[in-house]
Amino acid sequence: MNALQIKKGSTKHSAYNLRPQFSDVQETHTLAVLVDNEAGVLARVIGLFSGRGYNIDSLTVAEVDHTGHLSRITVVTRGTPQVIEQIKAQLGRIIPVHEVHDLTTEGPSVERELALLKVSGDGDKRVEALRLADIFRANVVDSTLSSFVFEITGTPEKIDAFADLMRPLGLVEMARTGVAALARGIA
Amino acid sequence: MTRQMTGAKMVVQALRDQGVDTVFGYPGGAVLPIYDEIFQQNDIRHILVRHEQGAVHAAEGYARSTGKPGVALVTSGPGATNAVTGLTDALLDSIPIVVLSGQVPTFMIGTDGFQEADTVGITRPCTKHNWLVKDTNALPGILHQAFHVAKTGRPGPVLIDIPKDVQFASGTYAAPPKGSTYRYNPQVKGDMEEITELVAALETAKRPVFYTGGGVINSGPAASQLLRELVEATGAPITSTLMGLGAYPASGKNWLGMLGMHGLYEANMAMHDCDLMINIGARFDDRITGRIDAFSPNSKKAHIDIDPSSINKVIPVDIPIVGDVAHVLEDILKVWKARGRKTNREALSKWWAKIEEWKKVDCLSYKRSEGTIKPQYAMERLEALTKDRDRYITTEVGQHQMWAAQYLGFEAPNRWMTSGGLGTMGYGFPASIGVQMAHPDALVINVAGEASWLMNMQEMGTAVQFRLPVKQFILNNERLGMVRQWQELLHGERYSHSWSEALPDFVKLAEAFGAKGILCKDPADLDDAIMEMINHDGPVIFDCLVEKHENCFPMIPSGEPHNKMLLGDASTKDAIKEGGAVLV
Repeated sequence: MNALQIKKGSTKHSAYNLRPQFSDVQETHTLAVLVDNEAGVLARVIGLFSGRGYNIDSLTVAEVDHTGHLSRITVVTRGTPQVIEQIKAQLGRIIPVHEVHDLTTEGPSVERELALLKVSGDGDKRVEALRLADIFRANVVDSTLSSFVFEITGTPEKIDAFADLMRPLGLVEMARTGVAALARGIA
Repeated sequence: MTRQMTGAKMVVQALRDQGVDTVFGYPGGAVLPIYDEIFQQNDIRHILVRHEQGAVHAAEGYARSTGKPGVALVTSGPGATNAVTGLTDALLDSIPIVVLSGQVPTFMIGTDGFQEADTVGITRPCTKHNWLVKDTNALPGILHQAFHVAKTGRPGPVLIDIPKDVQFASGTYAAPPKGSTYRYNPQVKGDMEEITELVAALETAKRPVFYTGGGVINSGPAASQLLRELVEATGAPITSTLMGLGAYPASGKNWLGMLGMHGLYEANMAMHDCDLMINIGARFDDRITGRIDAFSPNSKKAHIDIDPSSINKVIPVDIPIVGDVAHVLEDILKVWKARGRKTNREALSKWWAKIEEWKKVDCLSYKRSEGTIKPQYAMERLEALTKDRDRYITTEVGQHQMWAAQYLGFEAPNRWMTSGGLGTMGYGFPASIGVQMAHPDALVINVAGEASWLMNMQEMGTAVQFRLPVKQFILNNERLGMVRQWQELLHGERYSHSWSEALPDFVKLAEAFGAKGILCKDPADLDDAIMEMINHDGPVIFDCLVEKHENCFPMIPSGEPHNKMLLGDASTKDAIKEGGAVLV
């Protein structure tokens, strides 16, 4: 299903929408929103979520097309199927929004998040942190005699798992980017 | 064609190029360059209002009565914040207006300058779109795009915030682009598969009902014409929301009257019992649906709306059609004719027989009085004495608004201007000024309550200054009637702050402004007084003293479905249950 159809609200052709539209089940969806990179556009998107009482689990935004001045907002949100459809339709109403993609329903997609974790400690804990970082393929991007800053990339779940392991080993600070996501395949 | 000019001149030139003939506004420091340009030309009339809220409502009245975007011009800071209510009103009722606001110069933005407010920030959630113009060269493109956005798709208000240095600086002006070059162009044609499904449902429906709304009027006169053709052709009954009145004529034989909380019994019963509901340009507003889980429980529902977000927002529908009403209706008629113009005639006549029974309930009947003017009687007489004239009605918000909707008949679209979604007290008077500007020879009446009317009474100055013969027909019960009614039904008759002492003498008030005032308190004098109002060539405040404790019926109590209507005072005791009490 192409993005244009979603923006126009005709979602009924997606097999995913065979699910009951008015069920109470909370679903988590990852939406990719392509917008004009102009002043205030992020405020419009965020304002829509807060004004209408929708959830934001994660949000990332950056310009992805410098010549076309397009930014891509990736937002992970939660709600019943009806609310998710409303969110997409409401996003589609925002004038600078070009496309709304529901990566959760449109087919397989990849999701990645980057996090930086500062772990301080010495002795065995320090060795163990380094060993686990290796298992998780986290890189050391800063090091002192009593601390590391790890850089890790992966799904949010993987980062959660790594953070949980680092906590008893001296995790003192963490920064996460939020989810970036793309559909798999060619188009 | 491009040429060099100042930003202020661009504003006036763009308005001219967009076909604007009237601007409602109020000057101030941050818009002085634009006002200077307005002073030096004669193509665009500027109407000086007395409060920026009045300017925006007047622009709404102008827009709603013409189908063209209304334009308001306000200064920065308080000028812009005063426009917020009107913008929100226009957003909820999908009225195309363009508001231009001044702003402190770009180099002062963010310094808490005099009369500085974050206008685009404040108005972001109450406009369809807004712009802060930081470069004079970007101004013409934004001005033209603003008109495009305001009137394309689901119409709505837009705001352009123009810093004062951008108005002074020179740049290159370009006329509006020919043809549509804008990316924003929502689809107008409906999905043919869905349209065919709707026609098939219509052919076999036993108890169909058309439920129409303001979208029909926004779609333009062709939509109303096509709607009439479809209704006559299929023989189905039709009801409308408050916003949609006039799209189908009140004298039409299939007309059931308005539906909803204070809608007619037959209209609401038809909605509840139908087997096919065809929603055309309405949005299942809570004033219409009543209790959601008991809303029209046994019907197949079709929904035609240009805004995809309206579909399945409140009520799940079986046949969603995203498109412009006129385009979709045209296709429905085409398909219906091509398939042999079928209807389920036998079932339809049974359905109509049932509707006739409901009509016999005569839900608009009321206890007449010799001594006092019943508000319903005032509306009946106003209708009788004005219906054959070139008439436009605006209203404020409250009981009088519902009585006007119930007792006045609208034969054509764009003749009825009311604040439906936002319910803005103070809307009707300035709106009537906007309507009168657009239709100088028409009879423009604002049916008002005294409390609502006082909210924007300063606009009397505007009416008098510009010789606008707007008639302010005030049903004066010395109460906030609808609030009082709810307190009676819901709060043990504790009338907390729902009456006003120290009301002005409206006749003297009119005279103080240099207008005419008429007082009427005897039903026997009412006709003569109304005629005096109509025949006076100038603005009139008509102070119609009505029964003080009259309640507005019929009524669907909040939290109840359509078939649990209250018809009169006798049935009101404990009508609103605990669950309904939290609703508005």
